[in-house]
Amino acid sequence: MFTKLKSLLYNNEVRAIVFQVLAVVVIAYFAYQAFDNMMLNIEQRGIRSGFGFLNDEAGFAVNDNFFLEYSPASTNLQAFYVGIVNTLIVAITGIFFASVIGLIIGIARLSSNYLVRKMATVYIEIFRNIPILLQILFWYSIALKVLPSARNSMSFMDSIFLNSRGLYLPKPIMGADFYFVLASLIIGIVAYVFIKKRSNKKHDETGINTNTIPHFLGLVLLLPIVVYLSFGAQLEYPVLKGFNFRGGIDLSIEFFSLAFSLSIYTATYIAEAIRSGVESVDVGQKEAAAALGLKNSRAMRLVILPQALRVAIPPIINQYLNLTKNSSLAAAVGYTELVTIFSGTVLNVVGQAIEIIMLTMLVYLTISLVISLILNIFNKKMQIKGG
Amino acid sequence: MAIYSLKETKQPPQSQTKAVLWLKDNLFSSSSNIALTFVALYLIYLLLPPILNWTIFDANFDLTADNESCGREGACWSFINANLKMFIYGFYPQEELWRVNTMFGIIVALVAFGSFIKKSQYRAHYIIGSFLIYPVVAFVLLYGGLGLEIVETDKWGGLTLTIVVAAVGIVASFPLGILFALGRQSKMRIVRFISVVYIEFVRGVPLITILFMASVVLPLFFSAGMDFDKLLRALIGITLFQTAYIAEVVRGGLQAISKGQYEAADAAGLSFMQKTVLIILPQALKVSIPNIVGSFIALFKDTTLVLIIGLFDMLAIVGAATSNSSWLGRESEGYVFVAMVIWVILYSMSRYSKKLEVKFSTEHKN
Repeated sequence: MFTKLKSLLYNNEVRAIVFQVLAVVVIAYFAYQAFDNMMLNIEQRGIRSGFGFLNDEAGFAVNDNFFLEYSPASTNLQAFYVGIVNTLIVAITGIFFASVIGLIIGIARLSSNYLVRKMATVYIEIFRNIPILLQILFWYSIALKVLPSARNSMSFMDSIFLNSRGLYLPKPIMGADFYFVLASLIIGIVAYVFIKKRSNKKHDETGINTNTIPHFLGLVLLLPIVVYLSFGAQLEYPVLKGFNFRGGIDLSIEFFSLAFSLSIYTATYIAEAIRSGVESVDVGQKEAAAALGLKNSRAMRLVILPQALRVAIPPIINQYLNLTKNSSLAAAVGYTELVTIFSGTVLNVVGQAIEIIMLTMLVYLTISLVISLILNIFNKKMQIKGG
Repeated sequence: MAIYSLKETKQPPQSQTKAVLWLKDNLFSSSSNIALTFVALYLIYLLLPPILNWTIFDANFDLTADNESCGREGACWSFINANLKMFIYGFYPQEELWRVNTMFGIIVALVAFGSFIKKSQYRAHYIIGSFLIYPVVAFVLLYGGLGLEIVETDKWGGLTLTIVVAAVGIVASFPLGILFALGRQSKMRIVRFISVVYIEFVRGVPLITILFMASVVLPLFFSAGMDFDKLLRALIGITLFQTAYIAEVVRGGLQAISKGQYEAADAAGLSFMQKTVLIILPQALKVSIPNIVGSFIALFKDTTLVLIIGLFDMLAIVGAATSNSSWLGRESEGYVFVAMVIWVILYSMSRYSKKLEVKFSTEHKN
């Protein structure tokens, strides 16, 4: 009997089960205690619970609002949606500019030109070693100092205005004719894809290259613009009313400071990813391309970059995720995205901390999951085949 | 028979000597390269003069000047001088500053002594002992007790607070991170599940939401009598956050170890604890040291976020100092100063991590 017990005590599987049961019990105990205390605290402080608050009137105005219908009379749920849209807009803007700057700096860092190379290095070392929050606050304070007040706005052709509150652009009025513009854009893209495919086929069969850039410009850009202009091109212009501009598209200075800081900060990481990607390509590839008689630029475009990107893109996608998460620092300057609106203003009004923080986290978790899904698909596609 | 006299060796042509050759190779090798050089020079011409003018040529270096007499064209560096104590110590009482200085002094002495006894057999004891005893000493010095006057944490601030938050985050998250990394690699399903959920959850959300959670949700989980210190809440948030990142770094190290090491340890009859502590972890940690330093650098950058939940780290001091009516409108000077201090710290840390990477790299170099 005793030896049997002893052998049980030293059995690895039994130990594992006992340990896990213990872990679950301990966690369940703490969770129960926390839940119990929470209910007690909520009751004592007279805080509501549940998600009923989402249907209450929000009662506050939002600075930046792009597509959605929103007014102080809207519900908290609508404010939540505005927050999500604004987070996505600043993230996408940041991702676009960070990629462009990062690509330029990353290639500049590999340049054979000493001055260009050193400048890229200095840029990277300066901006990646300063906390992003500090950069946001710095550029925001500079923008407020340098830009004029609304009455003395800088204006361009009396339709674009820039002042210390933001940038004001004319907005195309989306009437019935807007659908014609959209349709012409789609037709243009389809036609271009068709032409591109045919020219690729011709290249495969005969080796003759046709330049399709004019087709692209004509079909995808010019066609919709012509259609738009032929319908009279109605624009809503921003007009100075009282202390500020009304109408048109309004991009706040908070938005600019945030998008600008996120772009130049994340660009340093993207540049480093691109550099390490290019450096990961074997020297033999470059030499082989040269031996085939490819020019430097063609060798880069056709031989080096496709191989470098396989290494560089996963860290770059991770940086996109970081940028999206860092956009939550808008709270420091008051750009009205998810954290500012929801975990800031709504939380102060409603006081239901648990539900609100949980919903906020859920949005970011969803974004993270989607991005890591994209990353996984990419990695699968990029695996070297037949290895 | 003709006799040839030795002719003098000619100097290489002017265009082949050092400086000119260098310029030719690096700046003017081709037409596109020349164009690039001029674009770069133009950029420097655009950017450098305004920066130099503001920071140096138009700046006022009179350290006794007040806000009015300083002028508005350039930087006013007397602002930094006047608020230097606040930037370093926050609102820590004037007559107790020696305590903060002593705390920093002890750590310098500890590190210096540590490098002095590099070859001693007691070095490991010394390091572990310091890690156990020093936090207690530092806490007593900063907070008070044992005859020292109590200084509440809302008086802490500036660089001191930045370093306290970063140091506590680093020290506390390290063992927790190792535990979660082991948990994620464990064969026990439930343990693995808990670890994976925790790590992926924390890595999927921004630090600021975790700080919000620690500062407004966490107090709800404890009975009403427990009064939670604001700094403590921030520290819990930072530690929870950093733990997940350390766990991932250490997991990378664990995965880099060959299976043979596990099997050899099992074959030698080592218990799970012996295997983990004596065989696996030393190798895994050694591999992941550069990445661990990298994640500490990220943590140091992230400590600035505590200003959003109302703590006065170095960055928040800029706001506090410029909201004082005698220094209105001097944010730029403050931000530039703080940026320079943090930059120096971060840059030296990242240099150090590069050095470690070379030192610990066991990969084949080609």
